[in-house]
Amino acid sequence: MAARVTFDRDRCKGCELCISVCPKHIVSIDEANTNRKGYHPAHVKDMDQCTGCASCARICPDSIITVYREVK
Amino acid sequence: MEKIVYQKSKGLTDAELHYCPGCTHGTIHKLVAESLEELGLVGTTVGIAPVGCSVFAYNYFACDMQEAAHGRAPAVATGIKRTHPELTVFTYQGDGDLAAIGTAEIVHSAMRGEKITTIFVNNAIYGMTGGQMAPTTLVGQKATTAPYGRQQDHYGSPIRMCELLSTIDGTAYAERVTVTDIPNLMKAKRAIKKAFTLQQQGAGFTFVEVLSTCPTNWGMTPLKAIDWLKNNMIPYFPLGVYADRTEEAK
Repeated sequence: MAARVTFDRDRCKGCELCISVCPKHIVSIDEANTNRKGYHPAHVKDMDQCTGCASCARICPDSIITVYREVK
Repeated sequence: MEKIVYQKSKGLTDAELHYCPGCTHGTIHKLVAESLEELGLVGTTVGIAPVGCSVFAYNYFACDMQEAAHGRAPAVATGIKRTHPELTVFTYQGDGDLAAIGTAEIVHSAMRGEKITTIFVNNAIYGMTGGQMAPTTLVGQKATTAPYGRQQDHYGSPIRMCELLSTIDGTAYAERVTVTDIPNLMKAKRAIKKAFTLQQQGAGFTFVEVLSTCPTNWGMTPLKAIDWLKNNMIPYFPLGVYADRTEEAK
């Protein structure tokens, strides 16, 4: 099942709540980059493992995550 | 073909939230907005914003909003609901607003069985004003006005609003939930949705208490704050349904 998530990077506050609920442990903090607010934003490195469960998006206090899933 | 399975609720505006990183106010805002959206109520709802960290809630919800004086949101909601009984009316209040300065308003709104919904965000501290002790601050918990921790012999025990309001006949529904993880978050959303549904059916006062974190004033990271809530707040403020005086419950 192909799925992916997108982050509205400049609105991320790096709180890591999304990281704590991802069942696949694929969300992490992008230490190499800083966003407009001055935080290291969350990102996903291995998007192939994403199942589109939307856990990260549901808990995100700033509602910056959108989840897409491939449908037949 | 690709389909969006989850996106920001249409019940929220595009404004950026001013809350600190990891503050669960944003998550709770979202649950309220999603519930209103799914019930098709965004266009016919009036929310009452409190004084406290969520004072700017009127900028974030896409429904009509009205600001109230500190603690008086249930009184304002009473006026709006009685004038416009066809509208869905809710208050969104913190523990400093609802359990301290606004205790009379919330207790008497429940007593009168006002057909409004209150979302009560309990983070056991005064957030906006800088981390002072609240009526809900736990015994031993440090606050700027209790630097050695709350002392029971001096300040008493924290007030449990869900239990208190559940003793009042006018309270149709009272439940305590939290948003620390996905299962609890889904339960919280069901509770909020049920409260709004009961209001549609003309039940009495409906109340949902959400245990929330305050990483900044608790002095910890958002993830440590989630653990602290689970280990310290839930034992003193147990989750669950405290009142359900609806027909289906009988």
